[in-house]
Amino acid sequence: MTPFAHLLETLAFTPGRNAKLAHLQHFFAQTPDPDRGWALAALAGTLDLPHVTSSVIRALVEERVDPVLFRLSYDYVGDLAETVALLWPGKGNGTPPTLDEVVGSLRMAGRTDRAAVLAQLLERLDGSGRYALIKLCTGGMRVGVSTRLVQTALAGPDHPLEDITEMWFGLEPPYLPLFAWLDGGARPDLDLSLAFRPVMLATPLDEARLADMVPAQFVAEWKWDGIRVQAVATPEGRRLYTRTGEDISAAFPDVIDRMDWHACLDGELLVRAGADVAPFADLQKRLNRKRVTAKMMAERPAMIRVYDILEEDGEDLRPLPLETRQARLAAWVGRVRPGGVDLSAPIAFDDWAELSALRAGARDDALEGLMLKRRDAPYVAGRPVGPWFKWKRDPLEADCVLMYAQRGHGKRSSYYSDYTFGAWVDGPEGRRLLPVGKAYSGFTDEELVRLDKWVRANFTERFGPVRGVRPGLVLEVVFDAVQASPRHKSGLAMRFPRIRRIRWDKPIEEAATVADIRALI
Amino acid sequence: MRDQGLYCPQGGFFIDPVVPVERAVITHAHGDHCRPGHRAILATPETGLIAQARYGAEAFGRVEGLPYGMAQAVGGVTVRFAPAGHVLGSAQVVIERAGVRAVVSGDYTRGVNPTCTPFELVPCDLFVTEATFGLPVFDHPSLEGEIAKLLASVAAFPERCHVVGVYALGKAQRILAGLRAAGYDRTVFIHGALERLCDLYEELGVPLGPRAPATTARKDFAGEIVLAPPGALQDRWSRRLGDVLPVGASGWMQVRARARQRRVELPLIISDHCDWEGLTRTITETGARTVWVTHGAEEALCHWCATQGIDAAPLALAGRGEDGDGD
Repeated sequence: MTPFAHLLETLAFTPGRNAKLAHLQHFFAQTPDPDRGWALAALAGTLDLPHVTSSVIRALVEERVDPVLFRLSYDYVGDLAETVALLWPGKGNGTPPTLDEVVGSLRMAGRTDRAAVLAQLLERLDGSGRYALIKLCTGGMRVGVSTRLVQTALAGPDHPLEDITEMWFGLEPPYLPLFAWLDGGARPDLDLSLAFRPVMLATPLDEARLADMVPAQFVAEWKWDGIRVQAVATPEGRRLYTRTGEDISAAFPDVIDRMDWHACLDGELLVRAGADVAPFADLQKRLNRKRVTAKMMAERPAMIRVYDILEEDGEDLRPLPLETRQARLAAWVGRVRPGGVDLSAPIAFDDWAELSALRAGARDDALEGLMLKRRDAPYVAGRPVGPWFKWKRDPLEADCVLMYAQRGHGKRSSYYSDYTFGAWVDGPEGRRLLPVGKAYSGFTDEELVRLDKWVRANFTERFGPVRGVRPGLVLEVVFDAVQASPRHKSGLAMRFPRIRRIRWDKPIEEAATVADIRALI
Repeated sequence: MRDQGLYCPQGGFFIDPVVPVERAVITHAHGDHCRPGHRAILATPETGLIAQARYGAEAFGRVEGLPYGMAQAVGGVTVRFAPAGHVLGSAQVVIERAGVRAVVSGDYTRGVNPTCTPFELVPCDLFVTEATFGLPVFDHPSLEGEIAKLLASVAAFPERCHVVGVYALGKAQRILAGLRAAGYDRTVFIHGALERLCDLYEELGVPLGPRAPATTARKDFAGEIVLAPPGALQDRWSRRLGDVLPVGASGWMQVRARARQRRVELPLIISDHCDWEGLTRTITETGARTVWVTHGAEEALCHWCATQGIDAAPLALAGRGEDGDGD
């Protein structure tokens, strides 16, 4: 438990991705089985421990610490696990338990004696160990490590990341066969029929290249504004994965329940609003949920708009050309008539000018742009340049006024590189600015130096790490979409806002109004 | 209590007043305890020298030095200073009149501080204590252990420059002394704002080992330890140092969210104040029946006193933020 607790502490204070990887690699190399496997599961979110509620933990600590002092401490620290870790009397008695012992005893404990078992474990740990243990029980490590990052830490020249992600769902904590393979042993023998297949990704289209591309060699499809998913169903089970291989089956029982077929499909997960596709914001409300209510499913029914088929009745179709796969997909949809699934139909076109006009004329919010895919390309993992292109709609834009700045992370940590910008509203005391978004990118390093200098010369108030600046600089901001959002004062939320140009020349009075931006919803 | 600060009517003086007054008794030279402009101050000789080094010789009308342990009559009371262990020259003010003794402790620590005289316990009737870390979550580890963490990180990341955010008075010198005690004898590079007080500490007999300004033309600071004020650490000043690993050194580092807010990658829990155990132990050991709690988490400490049958009341002192320069 102690090495794992130290790892969590180190990761929490390590902002850089490469440094995080180095810490993870060091940990996996130094820690024996099965503890490293349990740690891997804890970081990747696959460790299934009986849940201990915060009220149980609170009761435990209140048996040991004056409740008033506990309350004051909790108010100050703001995190239950950390408060308890710091307040728990003693500095660890006896040998600290291994992670294996922690997992074993928590799993064996019944509902009634779970609290007592937890208390005994806490007694044997020091502050950082207690923190790690409570985080294990309550879920959520919050150390900025994704499943993909831990998998990357495991990968190496002889053990490619794609192989690890492909076998991931055939493996279970504490991952003994995986570590045996990584240590030079035999490759785990797994049934991968339900596993995630690493996806094929598109590169942005450089319009100048169109002149050299032959229209007849490409299939065009709408690029739907949902999330890319892979749906796998076999007689053994059903899974819904995101494009990074995260299993989101639990959040979409309405989709899973109807996957009574045997195939692996690639498509876009969308939420319906009547006959139309609902805005992305509605889909977002259904993501990241452990439990889904019937009401949510009725209000925001999910579906998959499919455009590729990777496997049909156990036959791997990935080596076949796209044209063949899509013909098989159309035939399959016609024959199986899968519920909650429809076909993303190809768009007929003769030349690029015609397609370009279609793209420009598309007003539907659910469309992000177009996809161009070579008819003869097999399905390959990764982001090869050439077979698949995304041709996004031109972004929306607005001239906004810089209002607040914050220092960045990593190599930007001494620069004010995160910018909150606003637009005008009319009020009883005249025009004022309301924040409409925040951007961190889109400028060059040279521009950053100049922006940083401008921010420092125009500081006004301080709000913790955030500095207010005198309104005086216009930023040309582009964004993929804008949605109504009751959570923001302006009532707006932009998607992927970034800075396209810094308008050193433009008077702030000429910047956009909130109403201008709202009109783009 | 008066608006200007804590006042002793029988003696006719303020203790650590926040605005200029006629007559002030000063516990130590941190900015939130010692402001310039008083007509006359009474302090330990070290505190007097440090205050003049910070504010200039003209900052106070008259500076009177009273060494630890020597008694002096002031108005109708007797005043003496007892070491507080916080920074060089820091003192508790012991006030006696007619067999009743009050101790105003200023800031103090019971932990190891190689740069000054250790805290001396003075039994008393009224004890005035700070409560900067007055919550039971604060449990400060040993200086030795935290310095070992710093050295381990320097060894593990030789390509990076460890920049420790420290205040100019007290923290900088304590870390230097801690490094020397751990056998680190390399040159430590320091920000210009720290130079003067480091030199003064050495003149007053506290050896701090080889130092050099971090502002030389030297290009490569990889593998070195640099001390700088927290503001400079997070700012443009540190850019010249290359691949900086920001280190925090304060009692606040015990709370993750606090440490992360300050963007440190290596939090060291090094405090010149008492942790909860130190505060409660000191209150008990003084035997005081009445306790006044000044800046910090007064509520928790007053609550604890009540559970121990000790009369306690919070003193709201203006101008003592938790981010005062003594943490």
